[in-house]
Amino acid sequence: MIESLCFYLFAAITVLSGFMVIASRNPVHSVLFLILAFFNSAGLFVLLGAEFLAMILVIVYVGAVAVLFLFVVMMLDIDFVELRQGFLQYLPMGALIGLILVVELMMVFGGWVLAPEMTAVVASATPDIAETENTRALGQLIYTDYVFLFQCAGMVLLTAMIGAIVLTHRQRPGVKRQNISKQVRRRRDEAYELVDIKPGQGV
Amino acid sequence: MDVGIAHYLTVAAILFTLGIFGIFLNRKNVIIILMSVELMLLAVNINLVTFSVQLQDMVGQIFAMFVLTVAAGEAAIGLAILVIYFRNRGTIAVEDINQMKG
Repeated sequence: MIESLCFYLFAAITVLSGFMVIASRNPVHSVLFLILAFFNSAGLFVLLGAEFLAMILVIVYVGAVAVLFLFVVMMLDIDFVELRQGFLQYLPMGALIGLILVVELMMVFGGWVLAPEMTAVVASATPDIAETENTRALGQLIYTDYVFLFQCAGMVLLTAMIGAIVLTHRQRPGVKRQNISKQVRRRRDEAYELVDIKPGQGV
Repeated sequence: MDVGIAHYLTVAAILFTLGIFGIFLNRKNVIIILMSVELMLLAVNINLVTFSVQLQDMVGQIFAMFVLTVAAGEAAIGLAILVIYFRNRGTIAVEDINQMKG
């Protein structure tokens, strides 16, 4: 009973805040609603029994991605009112396509029945929760069977990091930087010059 | 009413549709489009975890984790492109991006 209640609460807030993400006028509100949607879907993951993914969702999405969005929205000086023009123009088409899609997906998922022989083709069965909790079970798989993919995921993140730095880094002309080698190489006789000025004469 | 697999899949389907709807609705605002893509990836993750739990198969959750990784990288790169686009043009209207071709 309490589980159903939690599910309906989390699901309702997730869907509502997902709607507010695309519908709210202020992009900062959109990002905040996105964070709310992520938190509540983390709750859904906990209900499903995938605690590790729930925590990862909170850490990665809320802690990194959503904050990145927030930074960009606040950093760029954008006229959002102008960007919202044509909002109603695309509404009927979008609503039509969305309606068709959601009906189709409901038809697919509504009549979903798992074939009984599906249990035979399970790639790696979930161990008993009493012995191995979710995080440990995931780790036992990631660091053995899927270690190559795990490393590849790390490479993807590294590529993304380097790409983001390369894209956004710029060298402005006229910025003075410390050149330590040049400073060390400096000798006394090129630093200053002694000029012997006779009295009564100019330089 | 007991909560089964269909309930979770319905939530995921609605979220996915909201993501697509958002792309249609905010065609000029790249930031909202990127957020809609994140919503769609979240819906896909909910689907993966639901089936993983239903089939008692851990691989679904592992795949969801990799989807999460790619989504994080995609957001970082997308926002970086957005920042340099804004730096060059002073706007983020998507309609003008086709000037970059050729």
